[in-house]
Amino acid sequence: MASGIKDKVAILGMGCAKFGERWDKDADQLMVEAFEEAVTDAGIETSQIDAAWLGVGFDAMNIGPSGIPLSMALRLPNCGVTKVENYCASGTESFRGAVYAVASGAADIALALGVEKLKDTGYGGLPVRSRGTTFDMIGITGSAPGNFAQLASAYRKVHGVEAADLKRAMAHVSVKSHANGSKNPKAHLQKAVDMDTVLNAPMIAEPLGLFDCCGVSDGAACAIVTTPEIARSLGKHDLVTVKALQIATSNGWELQQGGGWNGSFFHTTRVAAQKAYKEAGVTDPRSQISLSEVHDCFSITELVTMEDLYLSKEGEAWKDVLDGFFDADGQIPCQIDGGLKCFGHPIGASGLRMIYENYLQLLGRAGARQRQTPPSLALSHNLGGMPSQNVSAIAIVGLADA
Amino acid sequence: MSTDTGILSFGAYIPRKRLQRAAIHATNKWFAGGLGGLAKGEKAIANWDEDTITMAVEAARDALEGVDRATVGTVTLASTTHPFADRSNAGVVKEALTLADATAVGDHNGSMRAGTSALIQALAAAKGGAAPTLAIASELRLSKPASEAEMVQGDAAAALLVGQGEVVARFLGSHSTSIDFVDHFRATGEDFDYTWESRWIRDEGYTALTVAAVKEGLAKLGVAPGDVARFIMPITLKGVADGIAKKAGIKPEAVADTLGATVGDSGVAHPLLLLVAALETAAEGDRIVVTGFGQGVDVLVFEATGKALSPRRGVAGSLARRAADENYARWLFHRGNLALDRGMRAEIDEKQPGTTLYRNRKAVLGLVGGRCTKTGTVQFPKSDISVNPNDHAAHTQEDYPLAEKRARIVTYTADSLTYSPAPPSYYGLIDFEGGGRMMAEITDCDASEVEVGRELTMMFRIKAFDERRDFIKYFWKAVPVR
Repeated sequence: MASGIKDKVAILGMGCAKFGERWDKDADQLMVEAFEEAVTDAGIETSQIDAAWLGVGFDAMNIGPSGIPLSMALRLPNCGVTKVENYCASGTESFRGAVYAVASGAADIALALGVEKLKDTGYGGLPVRSRGTTFDMIGITGSAPGNFAQLASAYRKVHGVEAADLKRAMAHVSVKSHANGSKNPKAHLQKAVDMDTVLNAPMIAEPLGLFDCCGVSDGAACAIVTTPEIARSLGKHDLVTVKALQIATSNGWELQQGGGWNGSFFHTTRVAAQKAYKEAGVTDPRSQISLSEVHDCFSITELVTMEDLYLSKEGEAWKDVLDGFFDADGQIPCQIDGGLKCFGHPIGASGLRMIYENYLQLLGRAGARQRQTPPSLALSHNLGGMPSQNVSAIAIVGLADA
Repeated sequence: MSTDTGILSFGAYIPRKRLQRAAIHATNKWFAGGLGGLAKGEKAIANWDEDTITMAVEAARDALEGVDRATVGTVTLASTTHPFADRSNAGVVKEALTLADATAVGDHNGSMRAGTSALIQALAAAKGGAAPTLAIASELRLSKPASEAEMVQGDAAAALLVGQGEVVARFLGSHSTSIDFVDHFRATGEDFDYTWESRWIRDEGYTALTVAAVKEGLAKLGVAPGDVARFIMPITLKGVADGIAKKAGIKPEAVADTLGATVGDSGVAHPLLLLVAALETAAEGDRIVVTGFGQGVDVLVFEATGKALSPRRGVAGSLARRAADENYARWLFHRGNLALDRGMRAEIDEKQPGTTLYRNRKAVLGLVGGRCTKTGTVQFPKSDISVNPNDHAAHTQEDYPLAEKRARIVTYTADSLTYSPAPPSYYGLIDFEGGGRMMAEITDCDASEVEVGRELTMMFRIKAFDERRDFIKYFWKAVPVR
């Protein structure tokens, strides 16, 4: 068993562009916006960056191929720039590249940046795209809400939950995230909503209504990482280090093994969570994790993810949600920044945005939405694909001495 | 073993939706008030994801109920609405039926009696000892809004397995005339018919030509008109069949229901559809006369043997599998007669590489998956390495057809965001009886029928249209078992 990544890499600086309908900026300008905050925070010069990873989800509709757009936008010092795409987990995937580069000793300082410019596509929601010529003959090219809504149908059946109860719990997820987003000046959606608004919204994909779905946004987020030693030598005192970084990828079992997966959970998230907790030395996540930022592309996704991360018992997340366990003032706040739901979801940037929020919270720099109980260990969960076929990425970051 | 030549098996398919003619007239009467007399009853309309080929496949599957598919030697598909002018339409049907590659296929077209003419040829081949022919007729009618044709026509398919053996109906013989009587025509590549005056067609065409042919045919075969138990004249206009029977000396009670009130005139498919309906209720010894009309007349005479077939949908089951539909606008849209704003999600390029379709033709057109010969794990599609998490056995899979297996819903949604010509789009994960799983579209369903655990059957459907290149992508979808 590999010894893991724990405390081998520190976050030197982070930045995040304002998410939303950025009619005013191109992708390269959003990259600069996130980068300038990160590089100032890090206190380094661009020339000190040894390697960079760029995460983008919808490449053909966005910035085009290769790492060149990042290198050009930031005027990087002709270092290696790798572009990565792993569905909506592309942001955490870019972070993994940078962290591994530092951990291996191949780079002293590495950069991860995720960006997406969805509002130039003309779509509400994510654009339609091919999943390969073979898949396109036999697979379903449904919408993202249609793919995730299916969790609810199976969850109700498997756990014997009434449709109305689950719908209310899902609504609570969204009401909570809107309340949190209203305190976040960088969030795409900053308006609180009430339960009735959520419950009575138009149906998008049964049982997901409009407010069960996150927005799609323009945005960018950036991390600069190094070793704890270098960070200290650069004058950093309160260090946030990477405690665990795990990605699990479906191999077809969920989609193709008859009678196997029951459709009500994320197999990959459970695999990634078990590995991540082991790597971070977490034995009881419900008591040890201070905060979580999860991939709440849809309310039902967040709800079942609470179980897959072992923060709720199987079949009971819907009760924890309704009890306020994951509210900003609850036991383990989830999406204290508004989440994908309200901060927004510029695909390639989202995983880094989650880490950005956890980083700010750990350092007590989250402003009006700062968690009152000082957090020490924060988890982010970044999922790409759909329940039956996906990439689940988990990053746990914490104070260096935690 | 009997060496009779005739019909070994039969099947039918009528699309589930029945458009109410009153709903058509309610929209069009301001313009075409004269059609009020036809605004009664209902017509069968194909769903957006059905066409001549998909309906043919369903009729053929019905006819092959209880039949060893390896016995089929030839598949023919008669229609004037073949989706492809140059790609064997019957060949697509053959792939969907997972018949052996050593199967002959043929498309028949060119007139409303293409179905009966193809049937005569198949019977002649059978008489000569040829392996059975699956003779299918299928038609997806296309008519101009506010036309008489729109009121009269309907969509359907019928299939007859023709050969030697224990037949349900013995073929006594046929008679054909060919006369260039142009009651209507449609030039190659055009969508709609041009039709002459109906009174002339009725008197000089349907009646005069058919009466003459029936008289000649029966005389030739030595069958007395008075001995005919069932007379099939596939013209749904009121009184036409009755008038012809009277003039030909056939008993009034022998005249078969033309299904005008329930299905509509299904063109090339219609004589075969009515023949299937007749066979479903025929008694031993019944003489059945089938006519086909189109630039001349085909007359075929059968004698029922009383042999019973295994249960099947047939015409009776198809008529029962029915959902009344009053949404005329939706049907116009589905037939391309109403240009709705479909939005950006409909813009995706559906280009189909010929190479991938060819390599995967069994999976795509036949719904053939794989079964691991080592562990028995069934999966779709087949792959080099098994999906079984306990044994990822490599290169162990054999073909495993799934199309005839029942399935159940594991997860589902009704998606209003994704583009569908019939929103919301129902789809979900389904498990096949005996193994295998796939994400499948659920079609021909009502909201109340889609629930976790619901039993499903598979149907061959249109998955998508490549509108830029005029290609049709077919695949299998799930339909609730009722």
